[in-house]
Amino acid sequence: MSTATASRNVPTPAPRPAPQPPRKQRRKRPVESGDGVYAPTVFTRIGLIAVSVLSIFPLYWMIVIASTSTSNASGFPPALIPGGNLGEHLRQALADPEANLLLGLRNSLIITGIVTFSVVLISTLGGFAFAKLRFRGSKVLMATVLFSMMVPLQQLGIVPLYMVMVELEWLDTLQAVILPFLINGFGIFMMRQYVEQAVPDEIIEAARIDGATTLGIWWRIVLPALRPAMVVLALLTFMLNWNEFLWPFMVLSGENPTIQLAIRQLSTATWSADLSMIFTGTLISIIPIAILFVVFGRQIVGGIMEGSTK
Amino acid sequence: MTTDTAPRRTWRERLSRADMKATPYALVSPYFILFALFGLFPMGYTLYASMHSWKLGYDDREFVGLDNFKFLLFDYDRFNWSVVNTLGMFILATVPQLVCAMMVANALNKRLRRPMLWRMLVLAPIVTSVVAVGVIFSRIWGQEYGMVNGFLDLVGIEKIDWQAGRFSSWLAIASMVDWRWMGYNALIFLAAMQTIPRNLYEAATVDGASQRQQFWKITVPQLKPVIIFTVFVSSVGGMTLFVEPMMFGSGRLGGGTDGQFQTTAMVLVDILRTHGNYGISAAAGWLLFLVIGIVAAVNFLVVNRIQGNK
Repeated sequence: MSTATASRNVPTPAPRPAPQPPRKQRRKRPVESGDGVYAPTVFTRIGLIAVSVLSIFPLYWMIVIASTSTSNASGFPPALIPGGNLGEHLRQALADPEANLLLGLRNSLIITGIVTFSVVLISTLGGFAFAKLRFRGSKVLMATVLFSMMVPLQQLGIVPLYMVMVELEWLDTLQAVILPFLINGFGIFMMRQYVEQAVPDEIIEAARIDGATTLGIWWRIVLPALRPAMVVLALLTFMLNWNEFLWPFMVLSGENPTIQLAIRQLSTATWSADLSMIFTGTLISIIPIAILFVVFGRQIVGGIMEGSTK
Repeated sequence: MTTDTAPRRTWRERLSRADMKATPYALVSPYFILFALFGLFPMGYTLYASMHSWKLGYDDREFVGLDNFKFLLFDYDRFNWSVVNTLGMFILATVPQLVCAMMVANALNKRLRRPMLWRMLVLAPIVTSVVAVGVIFSRIWGQEYGMVNGFLDLVGIEKIDWQAGRFSSWLAIASMVDWRWMGYNALIFLAAMQTIPRNLYEAATVDGASQRQQFWKITVPQLKPVIIFTVFVSSVGGMTLFVEPMMFGSGRLGGGTDGQFQTTAMVLVDILRTHGNYGISAAAGWLLFLVIGIVAAVNFLVVNRIQGNK
């Protein structure tokens, strides 16, 4: 099989004697041509195209239904041509007083913004300390962080956390949603790995000799070096918390929902049987993350891949 | 050295000493304070609550030992069934997902043009929130107008009420999990594949091993740690499955007419939210935690063994 693919691929690069400028350019950027060992076979290409179609199709279909009408959503083959009703549907969905989509968007932005800021800040502080500072108990504390990453505390802790929120009369408030999510063990872990690579010990030593305090070193040396990793952690945290459902569902009511709760309400309430509207609302909930994904896709892919091999 | 310099310390040196000693703790303290409040304390409190007869709105609580656990295990059929359901969906979702992810990762690991574009296409479903996935896929699997049944109708098979049966509803829910997470796992496998030394493949090619043989004899064994990692993460995620089955059942916690697709997390939330019973839901939390531990351990043993035999 390997010889067959090899011979099949030999003719392609050979009969191109005149190296045109665009080709040359492509060759100069090795990142763009993949770094795999083997060339893809026809089956590989077909398989990848099929997988890509499958991963895009449900999203595309949602847009089609949201931009045409509910009657389009039945049976097989599915409707594939978008219509012109999207603007009208968007206006209707956002104006619907019972769906609370605008309030949901606002709440989700506040919650996710605060959580993301906090996770990134606390992770850079902790990651720096664990990577570069020597202090008693650091090994045990780092092990605790790793342990907290492995254990699904959320499911176990949801009952008492709910009880506490009831006691504090914080049900239906945003702080009840925000507080338990302000930290993330993975963030500390990721930042520690990154600081170890990105900040040489010598620079920290030199700064100390110049009289810099630990906090000053964090601010002037570590934070600037961490900027790329902070972007990645912020993106992953934002996506994770924007899509969070269970805990907001526990403590918030339909009057004061996150965007995810609003979508659930919209899709299950009896007063809105209109699938086109439901899909429009769902589309609205996806748009912020979709924009992030298109703009920062490279960083998100990189973050997921790097986070796993470390 | 310390005895030599100690008597001549200025206040500045003292300050920098204190900075070196105390600041590391200050830097890691935000994480651990929040972790204690929202991670450790709830865990202990759950243990306390699980051994008491304790309901929302009542101040008196009575120590009942293991009665809450006994109730769940022997007197509340829904709980045991929910464990079966959760396990079933977990297996249906995880096995094909990881096999596909491995194949897709292998394809992505070839020498592709525009590798980043392919990776983003495969990862795209992750932008969709779990609620949105539930909304879209519930329609795709709908009985009357769903796409799947439309297709079955077209090829002459009778329409299936996917929600009604145990296995059929598990299948529909598993498809939601697979669609959202397959690409993510593929990227994690891909990241690990890229760390495999090239010369292993070159040597194997010289020895006459086909690409397929190389995949099974080199790639898969080298990926063992990462397979263990993804199986672990999938176990935790799969055993705490909540949103997909809830959205499949029109946003309700019952999991279908007979609870045929009610997961353990749904039972827990149902006991807490609908019945306001702290004691029993706390016990359910501990039992779920225990089940996750068992599943993770069994998975670890299985993955370890399959690899060891090759």
